[in-house]
Amino acid sequence: MDKFTTLTGIAAPLPMANVDTDKIIPARFLKTIKRSGLGVHLFDSLRYRKDGSENPDFVLNRPPYREAQVLIAHENFGCGSSREHAPWALLDFGIRCVIAPDFADIFFNNSFKNGILPIRLPRAVCDQLMEDTKLGGNARITVDLERQVVVRPNGEEIAFEIDPFRKHLLLNGLDDIGQTLQHAPKIDSYEATRRAEMPWIPATTG
Amino acid sequence: MSSTPRTLFDKIWDSHVVQRLPDGTCVLYIDRHLVHEVTSPQAFEGLRMAGRPVRRPDCTIAVADHNIPTVGSRVPSDIKEQDSRIQVETLEKNVKEFGVPYIPILDVRQGIVHIIGPELGVSLPGMTIVCGDSHTSTHGALGALAFGIGTSEVEHVLATQTLLQKPAKNMQIDVTGTLGFGCSAKDVVLAIIGKIGTGGGTGHVIEYTGDTIRALDMAGRMTVSNMSIEAGARAGLIAPDETTFAYVKGREFAPKGEAYEQAVAYWRSLPSDAGATYDATVRLTTAEIAPMVTWGTTPGAVVPITGAVPDPTEIDDPGLREQAQRMVDYMGLAPGQKLEGVPIDVVFIGSCTNGRIEDIRAAAAVAKGRKVADGVQALVVPGSGLVKRQAEQEGLDRILLEAGFEWREPCCSMCLGMNPDKLTPGQRCASTSNRNFEGRQGPNGRTHLVSPSMAAAAAVTGRLADVRQLG
Repeated sequence: MDKFTTLTGIAAPLPMANVDTDKIIPARFLKTIKRSGLGVHLFDSLRYRKDGSENPDFVLNRPPYREAQVLIAHENFGCGSSREHAPWALLDFGIRCVIAPDFADIFFNNSFKNGILPIRLPRAVCDQLMEDTKLGGNARITVDLERQVVVRPNGEEIAFEIDPFRKHLLLNGLDDIGQTLQHAPKIDSYEATRRAEMPWIPATTG
Repeated sequence: MSSTPRTLFDKIWDSHVVQRLPDGTCVLYIDRHLVHEVTSPQAFEGLRMAGRPVRRPDCTIAVADHNIPTVGSRVPSDIKEQDSRIQVETLEKNVKEFGVPYIPILDVRQGIVHIIGPELGVSLPGMTIVCGDSHTSTHGALGALAFGIGTSEVEHVLATQTLLQKPAKNMQIDVTGTLGFGCSAKDVVLAIIGKIGTGGGTGHVIEYTGDTIRALDMAGRMTVSNMSIEAGARAGLIAPDETTFAYVKGREFAPKGEAYEQAVAYWRSLPSDAGATYDATVRLTTAEIAPMVTWGTTPGAVVPITGAVPDPTEIDDPGLREQAQRMVDYMGLAPGQKLEGVPIDVVFIGSCTNGRIEDIRAAAAVAKGRKVADGVQALVVPGSGLVKRQAEQEGLDRILLEAGFEWREPCCSMCLGMNPDKLTPGQRCASTSNRNFEGRQGPNGRTHLVSPSMAAAAAVTGRLADVRQLG
C-alpha cells in the first residue's frame, strides 16, 4: 500500500447524498480477479452515455476535474455493498482522498486498506469546499495527514479527526496483516482457551 | 466477568477479543469465514504473494453463488461469459491450493452463501461470522455477530482468523404488535428502513427486539437481519431463543448430541441482560406496517402499497429535493402517482433476502390457480439446492410452473445481475431482493422492492398490486 502523507491536488465536487457502491462501480464490472484497471468504469452510469461516449456534463469528464485527486460529496457516501472494487476504482482513477459529512462503514474501512483517506467534515464545510472547487484549475486543496488539516485554496486550514491507529498505518503505508501477525502468540492462546471452553464448536471440514 | 448489564452484542464482542490495543482497536477473533468467488480472488492472490497459508481452513467454507447461471449447464467450464467463468474457476483453483472446504456448484447443498450458512448449520448463535459481502448481516438472525468485509479484510481473516475492529454502538429496534394480513418480515424491515433512513444505522449494530420479532420464524428473522445493511448497520442481531435452537438442531455442521446440549446451554446466556442500555432505541408498532413497496432508488424510499410517489417540490432541503427528483425521473414515475396499478415487466423472487422455502411457499400460495399476466416474465430462483429440492417435494414448482412462472436453479441471479439474469434498460421489476439502486438489476432497470407474496401478486396482475385485495 502507498503511504499517505501530504496531498495537494484538484478537488472535484459531487453534490449527491447516498452515493452507493453500485453507482461507484456497477456489479457487472466486479468480474475481475485483479485490483487494477477499474478506473475506466468509475461512476460508469454517470460518466458515460448510453452509446458509450463520455457524458460531458459529468464532473470527472470536465477539465480540470479529470485530474482530480480529491472528491467531495454529501452524506452516506459509499453505502451498499462491501465491494472493495469501489475504492479500487477510485484509486485507479487517481482519487486518494474523499471528503463527506459521513460514510458507510464498510466503504470507510475499505478505503484505509487501500491508502485512500476518507475525511468526515460537517455538511456546511463540505459545501464550502465545493464552492472552492469552482475556482477551476486554481482549486487546489492540500490534505496534510500528519497535521490533520485540509488547506483551502485561500490558505484557511480546517482540522479533521482520524483514528490514531489508522493514521499510523496510512502515514507509513503499513499492511494490517503484518501488524496483526505481531499478535500471533495471543491468537494461538485464544484458540487454545476457546477449544477447551467450547469444545462443541464444530469444524467446517466435517 | 463484568457485573454491568450487557447487550447481546457486548457479550459476543467481549468473548471474541483476542487483544485490546491502546487506542481501543481490538484484534477480534472470527469463528466462521464464508468465501465466494467475487470478493476473494485478490485476497488469495495476496496470500500467495506473501507466502502465507490459510490459518484455519476448518473455520472457513467457500461456495460460488454470484456468477452462476440459473438455466442450462452449471458445469463451471460451460459458463458462457468468460469473466464469470474465470472467477468461478479461480475460486475452485484457490480452494484446492489453500485447502479450504468447498461446496461445488453441482452439489445439492450449493446456493447463496447467506442461505446455506444457516441452512447447513455452519452459522451458529454466539459466533462471529464474516464474508466479503454486505448481506452477511443475514446470519445475525441466529444471534451471531455477522458482518460484511472488503477483500483486504477477507485476506486478513484468511491469514490471521482475526480482524482489527473497534466496537460498534448498540441500537435497539423494538417492534410490537401482530402483523396484519398480507404483511411479512420484508414489510417489517422496509418499514424500519423507511423510518430510520439508509444511514440511520451507520456505526451501529442493530438488535431487533419486541413481540413482533419474537413471533417471526427463522426465515423471517433472516429477512429482517439481512437488510440491516440497507439501514447502514453492518450487523443486525436477534437474540437466540427456542425458535433458534429448534432451527439449528440436526443441521449438517451443527453440534450433535451432548455437544448440542452444551451449545444450547451457552446460547441461553447470550440474550441482552435486563437493564442493558442501548446508544439509541427506535420503536415501531405493526400499525405502521402494511405491505410495502419502494418507489425510488434507495431502500428508504418506501411507502405502503396504498401510498403514492412523493412530490419532490414539497421537500425543503435542496440536496434531498434534487435526489428525490432524480429518483422519480429514473423510475419513470410522476409525483403523486399511486403505486398500486403501476404496470411491471418482470418479477424476481429469490435472493439472500427472500430465497428461502418459506418465501417460495408464500409466492406459491398467491400463484396457485392464477396465471402470470401477459407480457410479464416471472422468475423464481430458490436460494439453494436444498431449498429447491424441498420446494419440489412440496409440489411448489408445479404450482408456479402451471401459473407461468419460470423455475430456475439457485444463485444470486437478478438481485445484482452478475449472471445472465438482468433487466434490460427501462424494464420495471417487482423484486424480493434488497437493493433498488440505479442499475442494480441491469443498466437503467427499475426496481421496486417488495415481499414474496407482493411479488407474486404483481406477477399475476401485471401491476404493483395490494396482495390483500387478491383474497
